[in-house]
Amino acid sequence: MANIVIDRIRKSFGTFEALKEVSLTINDGEFVSLLGPSGCGKTTLLRIIAGLETATSGDVLIGGKSVIGLPPKERGLAMVFQNYAVFPHMTVYENVAFGLRMQKADDARVKAQVEKAAGLLHIEQYLDRYPNKLSGGQRQRVAVARALAVEPKVLLMDEPLSNLDALLRLEMRTELKTVLQSAGTTTIYVTHDQTEAMGLSDRIAVMHNGVVEQVGTPVNVYNYPATRFVGGFIGNPPMNFIKVPVTNGQVAAGSEPLTAPKDSGNEVILGLRGEAVQLAPLPLGLEMKVRVAEPMGSHLLLTGSIHDQPVRVILPSSETVRSGDVIGLKLDPNRITWLSPESGKSIPAVTA
Amino acid sequence: MTNNRSWIPYLLILPSVAFLALLFIVPLVQTIWLAFSDNGVPSPANAQRMMADINFTRSIKNTFLLTIAVVPVQLAIALAMGTMVAKVGRGRETILWVWTIPLGISDLAAGLVWLSILQNSGYFNSLLLGLGVIGRQASWLSYQTPVALFFAIAVAEIWRGTAIVMVIIVAGLNQVPKEFREAAEIFGAGPWTRFWRITLPLIRPALQSALILRTVLAFEVFAVVYALGGRNFPVLVGEAYNWQNQNQNYGVAAAYAVLIMIISLAATLIYLKAIKVDPERLP
Repeated sequence: MANIVIDRIRKSFGTFEALKEVSLTINDGEFVSLLGPSGCGKTTLLRIIAGLETATSGDVLIGGKSVIGLPPKERGLAMVFQNYAVFPHMTVYENVAFGLRMQKADDARVKAQVEKAAGLLHIEQYLDRYPNKLSGGQRQRVAVARALAVEPKVLLMDEPLSNLDALLRLEMRTELKTVLQSAGTTTIYVTHDQTEAMGLSDRIAVMHNGVVEQVGTPVNVYNYPATRFVGGFIGNPPMNFIKVPVTNGQVAAGSEPLTAPKDSGNEVILGLRGEAVQLAPLPLGLEMKVRVAEPMGSHLLLTGSIHDQPVRVILPSSETVRSGDVIGLKLDPNRITWLSPESGKSIPAVTA
Repeated sequence: MTNNRSWIPYLLILPSVAFLALLFIVPLVQTIWLAFSDNGVPSPANAQRMMADINFTRSIKNTFLLTIAVVPVQLAIALAMGTMVAKVGRGRETILWVWTIPLGISDLAAGLVWLSILQNSGYFNSLLLGLGVIGRQASWLSYQTPVALFFAIAVAEIWRGTAIVMVIIVAGLNQVPKEFREAAEIFGAGPWTRFWRITLPLIRPALQSALILRTVLAFEVFAVVYALGGRNFPVLVGEAYNWQNQNQNYGVAAAYAVLIMIISLAATLIYLKAIKVDPERLP
């Protein structure tokens, strides 16, 4: 068990800056996701922590000890790769045993550890087989078992579920969470899938263009995005961004104006989660023109515009709204994120 | 639709099959008949004459020694080259291009290149003279210096024939995703362990192809030997050539040809058995 401190890591490939001074602290036993679109530097950061890539500058500490310059095997970590990287010429047993064999563990310990890891991942019945006889999901289990068998201080996972089909991904996600919760290993999990990151993580670090834009619990990052990018990247549908004029420190929203944040100028961006609204009669509510209404069963998805800017909102499926309707919406002031139109960063709201 | 046209694939491969049958199987049958007949009746006379020949044992010994000396060295060099070039980023293509130059040179030309280096008035002696290592021109390729001659031929063959092994090995290495080596590294395998326990088993098919091809070619060695050693270093194909052209005895020449074919086939079978490729255990 160990905490990880990532201290001002920079990485350039030629003139391209993949990571621009990334700092992040991961607590002992914590599960942290590095979430971002492809090319944001999340995998590069993971590979630097693993020791497979060298940082241009900065430091990585595992359990309080700098590991920069140490080969991967001296860092006390294990890794699960996107394409599994389960050795095809070894049986499942030998795959799971690989790390222990490299540590020159005696046969009794190898056997005990392999059986324990195989049991956790439910692959006991495949131990004699070769990986090519297994399905993608089973191979992924072998890869995770191989990583857990060495009882690493730190577990690194690089998009481990992205090669699985949707149904299996959901199943493995739940199972991973169960297994890792019981193992209590410090885990860094790279993914571009926000639902994976939300579902699994204690905290999420949202990355964009080589920068960590925000670190926080899934609920925190979802409800209070620090930047426009984070709000747009997390959540389905993504957060709505409506540019609204500020008059006398207030923003008009139907009959009850909202208090604009102190630092806002003439205009401010109102960040609104699709479900943070209630239907309200006009002119009490904020006017929304509904272009398409899609009843989804569990909820009602409305696509349209507010102030001529595209928005998507979610209402309970009990409401009846049709395509072409003009409706009023009451906004929950506590669930509004105010963003600066210039910097795209959030501005603290005025608390009453 | 497709069922009605099932003859089309056969039609399309017919030319190549006919071509090979005409130019390979027919001569093969003729050669075998030539080797095992005398005046139109089956006879072991040619084989017996071949085996009684003064150069027979020497040529077999030389051919095998050369193969045993050259092929493992070529494989080791090719593996080293392939592993090294895999680490190179920019300029990789250029390095591979330079390394494969010997592939484009005919074996006789290669033999002549090495002759110009190693003959009495060659570059090697000039260098040694210039450095003062030797007082007068030394002879490397004569019947009086069989060890030097063997080394010269082996070096020339290694220089000439390693590129093809390297090309096959590099292709094999490219098939192995880097994650396998990275995973091994993460789990504590050093460079040597990664090579022996991960890389080598995963390129078995390439190793098998390279070894079969290179060994068969090594048993057929001729032009380099002929250029450097002439008749001082008899090899099997050289003997077939001599019986055919000098002695005008086609029967004994055919017997040699059949012998070379049997040795090559045997070597191929041994490799297929020894380096089994189980598709189930490949990436």
